[in-house]
Amino acid sequence: MNKNIYKLEFNMNLQSVITWSAALAVLLFIFVSLFSSIATDAELLNEMMSEFPEELLLAFGMDNMDFSSILGFFSFSFLFAQVCLAIQAAYYGFSLVSIEERELTADFLLAKPVGRTQILTSKILAALSGLLITNVVVWISSFVVIQLFKGDRTYDTGALILLLLSIFVFQLFFLSVGLVISLLVKRVRNVTPYAMALAFGMYVLSVFGDMLGESIFENITPFKHFDPGYIIEHASYNLPLVSISLVVIVLSLVGSYLLYNRRNIPAPV
Amino acid sequence: MSVIEVNELTKYYGKARGIEDVSFEVEEGEIFGFIGPNGAGKSTTIRLFLSLIYPSSGSATIFGKDAIEYGPELRQDIGYLPSEVFYYERMKVIDLLKYSASFYEKDCTPRLYELAEIMELDLKRRIDDLSYGNKKKVGIVQGLLHQPRLLLLDEPTSGLDPLMQRKFFQLIRDENERGATIFFSSHILGEVQRMCSRVAIIKEGSVIEIQDINTLQSENYKKIRVAAEKIDAGQFELDGVSNIQTSNGAVRFFFKGDINQILRKISENELTDVTIEEPTLEEIFMHYYE
Repeated sequence: MNKNIYKLEFNMNLQSVITWSAALAVLLFIFVSLFSSIATDAELLNEMMSEFPEELLLAFGMDNMDFSSILGFFSFSFLFAQVCLAIQAAYYGFSLVSIEERELTADFLLAKPVGRTQILTSKILAALSGLLITNVVVWISSFVVIQLFKGDRTYDTGALILLLLSIFVFQLFFLSVGLVISLLVKRVRNVTPYAMALAFGMYVLSVFGDMLGESIFENITPFKHFDPGYIIEHASYNLPLVSISLVVIVLSLVGSYLLYNRRNIPAPV
Repeated sequence: MSVIEVNELTKYYGKARGIEDVSFEVEEGEIFGFIGPNGAGKSTTIRLFLSLIYPSSGSATIFGKDAIEYGPELRQDIGYLPSEVFYYERMKVIDLLKYSASFYEKDCTPRLYELAEIMELDLKRRIDDLSYGNKKKVGIVQGLLHQPRLLLLDEPTSGLDPLMQRKFFQLIRDENERGATIFFSSHILGEVQRMCSRVAIIKEGSVIEIQDINTLQSENYKKIRVAAEKIDAGQFELDGVSNIQTSNGAVRFFFKGDINQILRKISENELTDVTIEEPTLEEIFMHYYE
């Protein structure tokens, strides 16, 4: 790793990290703050929900939700946080290397006496540090909002910790897959559509998987590998599915190093 | 010792040609010109030296070591000034230059300030506030601050005003006197003529000529102009004469061959004036591209 590249990358990314982290904290606060008013009418709500078409409930991951339990409600809110976390990580993954080529700074950096493996490692570590900050913020805000709005209910701290622990691997999936795709294509002109497509694409796959009852989609999308409902309900991970995520991450990272080391940097035109 | 050795270096971008079978050597301490129009393959060659791109076949060695295999190590001693300069836009000039300096083993700070002063660069401004010419100056400083033993210049003067160009050329000459080898790519012949001792001419991806600048000029065409009261241009249509033009009672042409033969021909006339000149590199160059 090169300390200077790491520092520069980390600093350039910091503003985005802060923005995402703050947005996630606000999102969790708003969602969970609804809990106390909903929980009092939970009986009524649960009854009403059973009247809704099954597909609709599935589409929002509300099929086996218990609105009277704080973690049940939290896992529902967490799904939306996951979408944001996915977009953030995918965005960092897609832009990690491509930004240098788009803003034409690659010629500057790669002409310095530093190897490509070192450059990539420094960049990945800088991005991971950014994601780690987001993780910490989500952890803190999760515990805080739950404490604030749970009332006199109790909850399973172990299950919550498992759920929060899953964020890092979940984001690593999107980071590494985004990175390897950005190296497979010739040039990423605009990161946003790529990041959105990857994050929402995976989300939609998970929803369709539920609606169609097809388990094949489960194998692909980390939204299923780290399904908040499952983790909270079982207080454990679905290990076979989680290991798929891990394999994809390892393959993507190895592939990224191979591709980047052989990459022809497009000339600034 | 050869600082750069290029052996049948070839680069294809997919099916598009970059360069083909390029071979030449650059000796230590020389200023080597690399000249050709846009798209001829000048940047491709330099980017291959820096392993920004990888060759399709052939190889390049720098300081006797393979440019790809020993890339990071070699680049300690290479300064590169790209034709288009774009840096991290949100950074301040000084931060970018310090970042650049941080990659080198030696302490580059004194030289950094020295160069910034010579190039009259405002270090406190943000990169995205700079004009193109000022960005170019940042490029020059970051390329020179580690006192490299080899300088790769890719069309270095575009965007610099004439005053700055002069300062820049002086800087390059100083670096050269200090012992640095200069590889100078350009499509502007005048500056190559002024700076370089040898040139390679590249056309459509292939090097078509490598020569000493003086030889290139002297062994080539003479530019002859004869003026007389009454003169018939037709008499000069001999072997070795080309490009005959008549204007204002004067005949101009290029001549290559036995100089005595053409002088005898000229002396048959009652002349008012005669000039015999070396052609400019420009004129030689046009000949290669006809």
